[in-house]
Amino acid sequence: MECVFGLVGKGFAIVAADTSAVHSILLHKNNEDKIMVLDSHKLVAASGEPGDRVQFTEYVQKNVSLYKFRNGIPLTTAAAANFTRGELATALRKNPYSVNILMAGYDEESGASLYYIDYIATLHKVDKGAFGYGSYFSLSTMDRHYREDMSVEEAIELVDKCILEIRSRLVVAPPNFVIKIVDKDGARDYAWRQSVQDVTTAAV
Amino acid sequence: MYKIDDHVACAVAGIMSDANIFINTARVQAQRYTFMYQEPMPVEQLVQFLCDTKQWYTQFGGLRPFGVSFLFAGWDKNYGFQLYMSDPSGNYGGWKAAAVGANNQAAQSILRQDYKDDVTSDELALKVDSTSLTSKKLELAEVFLTPSGNVKYHVHSHDSLTKLWPKHGVTQPAAETS
Repeated sequence: MECVFGLVGKGFAIVAADTSAVHSILLHKNNEDKIMVLDSHKLVAASGEPGDRVQFTEYVQKNVSLYKFRNGIPLTTAAAANFTRGELATALRKNPYSVNILMAGYDEESGASLYYIDYIATLHKVDKGAFGYGSYFSLSTMDRHYREDMSVEEAIELVDKCILEIRSRLVVAPPNFVIKIVDKDGARDYAWRQSVQDVTTAAV
Repeated sequence: MYKIDDHVACAVAGIMSDANIFINTARVQAQRYTFMYQEPMPVEQLVQFLCDTKQWYTQFGGLRPFGVSFLFAGWDKNYGFQLYMSDPSGNYGGWKAAAVGANNQAAQSILRQDYKDDVTSDELALKVDSTSLTSKKLELAEVFLTPSGNVKYHVHSHDSLTKLWPKHGVTQPAAETS
């Protein structure tokens, strides 16, 4: 029931992910951040097996950092995406990672980009992408309303439309989402969309 | 002179058999990088990788070092055109102009005198090698950017070399046996 989706706008890319940490019928927490900041100008929104998700994305993040320290220059979004895909592909016929990834990044020379990388090492450069059951709704909504070179406001409007659709139509819809953005100024949190918040009871 | 990848070439001085091993290693590593990242390998990273190997042979195993010095010429989007010189110790440096092999000190001093930032490659190369040359004794190769932005490696033919001499005011030896 994990929902991850994203799109590319004018000079930026936006990704949104649900924030539920689920184990069978239990909801561990509803503020789990599934969008990792890979480096100053890259975001990785991941969904899948919780252990694999953290393990694999951290592995990619550390390798991306190592490259930067060794060579004095950061990887481009395309290079990082291809590296990630290569690692998934190598592990695939031995011990596959059950992780789906949307990698969003901004490079000075090529602008904003979004990469769809699924658990069997498919790699596509896309304008909009989504994973999970929520993708039936978010992809359809984005296909209907997406245009090239949307502004941040227009893109957020579309993201909110998708979240609304998921919330209203998916039977076990996640209540909360996190939205992150990456542009020339870097990768950062944009907003949270919370319909359910943890209630803390006062100590007795 | 050898092409390592579309955007990197090198010239070797020393034991040719050692050089061949290295050229192959360099070519494989460049492709390995491209396989992983779908991008051309940055020139300095390639040089560093080779020099790390050379250094290994100076520290471990009781094996002799590779008897080769290299000049690497290449282009990448990070630093544009680059020239690197490396020796058997595995030490390397980036240069604006460099020479390896026989009479390299003499060549280096000529380069030091005559190099200017806007000099063209053929001008400089011919000045350095103009002592007793015929086009048969010289190989001139260039790494350059085409108008469309692609990196090309081009080795001058004998004919084009002969044409270059008078163009750069280098006196040719009187009798040239073809």
